[in-house]
Amino acid sequence: MREFDSDDIVILVSRTLSPFIMLFALYVVFHGHYSPGGGFQGGTMLAAAVMLIRLAAGSELARLQFPQELGTPLGAAGVFIYFGTGLAAMLGGGRFLDYAFLPLAGTAPALRSLGILLVEVGVGLAVLGILIAIFDDLLEGSGE
Amino acid sequence: MKAVNFAVLALFGALLVFAASGLPDRGDPSAPLHRDTSLAGTPNAPSYYIRNAKKDAATPNMVTVILADYRGYDTMGEETVIFTAGLVCFLILRRGRKRNKEDKTS
Amino acid sequence: MMTLDFFVGHYAYWFVIALLVLGLYGMIVKRNLVKKLIGMTIFQVAVIIFYIASAVKRGATIPIADKAIGTADASLYINPLQHTLMLTAIVVGVATAGVAYALLIIIFRRYNTLHEPELMEAMKHEEEEDGDE
Repeated sequence: MREFDSDDIVILVSRTLSPFIMLFALYVVFHGHYSPGGGFQGGTMLAAAVMLIRLAAGSELARLQFPQELGTPLGAAGVFIYFGTGLAAMLGGGRFLDYAFLPLAGTAPALRSLGILLVEVGVGLAVLGILIAIFDDLLEGSGE
Repeated sequence: MKAVNFAVLALFGALLVFAASGLPDRGDPSAPLHRDTSLAGTPNAPSYYIRNAKKDAATPNMVTVILADYRGYDTMGEETVIFTAGLVCFLILRRGRKRNKEDKTS
Repeated sequence: MMTLDFFVGHYAYWFVIALLVLGLYGMIVKRNLVKKLIGMTIFQVAVIIFYIASAVKRGATIPIADKAIGTADASLYINPLQHTLMLTAIVVGVATAGVAYALLIIIFRRYNTLHEPELMEAMKHEEEEDGDE
């Protein structure tokens, strides 16, 4: 960007709001079983909380909160968790992504509920990592 | 040239309005989309999902059960799509970064 | 045919068709590449709204199983299938827009313009220069 002149009030309000947005986003991810929500919605809100600091304080200072090299590995970790749950179901004896056969103890509906939770966490991590990675890549070549 | 553009847009809009008049009324519970058996006699997917989601997965939210359990394969493909888009953005814009770094070191 | 029931049952589709025509107008008539991409995004949003608007049922509640109602009668909950499909569509739209804007940055770095007639002229000149070599 051209010269970045930061404003004290904007930085103060953003620094105060960002942890609360992240907390509410985690609630949306984990409460997706009982209320509207789930992985995609919570992951996008987490990415918005990180982007708020990047827009308010500049990319240099915002690396203290979320370093730039962490974006794509988080995305890969999310995809790995999703595929890992499917393959664990195959290890337990069922078909791919058949959560009733996960190698843990419990009735079939409880195991399917646990499988849905793991899959939603994976999707949330992937969406967070990739949205921040796209944002950083699009702003990279503009003269930092 | 602009007249042709606007004529095409108007024709497109008129064709869609004419096609939308054949759709059933919005919100009609007896539309073929919302019934219990489809027009071919097979059980209808949305009403099966509504009736069996809480029993099969112990989760009240039907949208999450459909997204992650009944249609989990599609969600896996979609997550791969967003991961590939992130990688493609990085690979496309990488050469500019290298050239900027070379300008700084030379 | 133009009874009040027909009007009440179909007016939402006419709004969606207006958004579709606006998106197509942006993609066809405007000559800046960023404006064409904004038209594509408007078109995408209109399709998503169409699916979600067609999923309601009269007198039904949100698709979260309520203990007081039970899930035996399927006409008490709105159709959850369209909402699920549109979650995927929204995220795919974001990914496509990200890649499209990255391509626009590369085009601007190389030709220094985003106005389509000037861009075609510059590409034609480059082709002629490569042909002369």
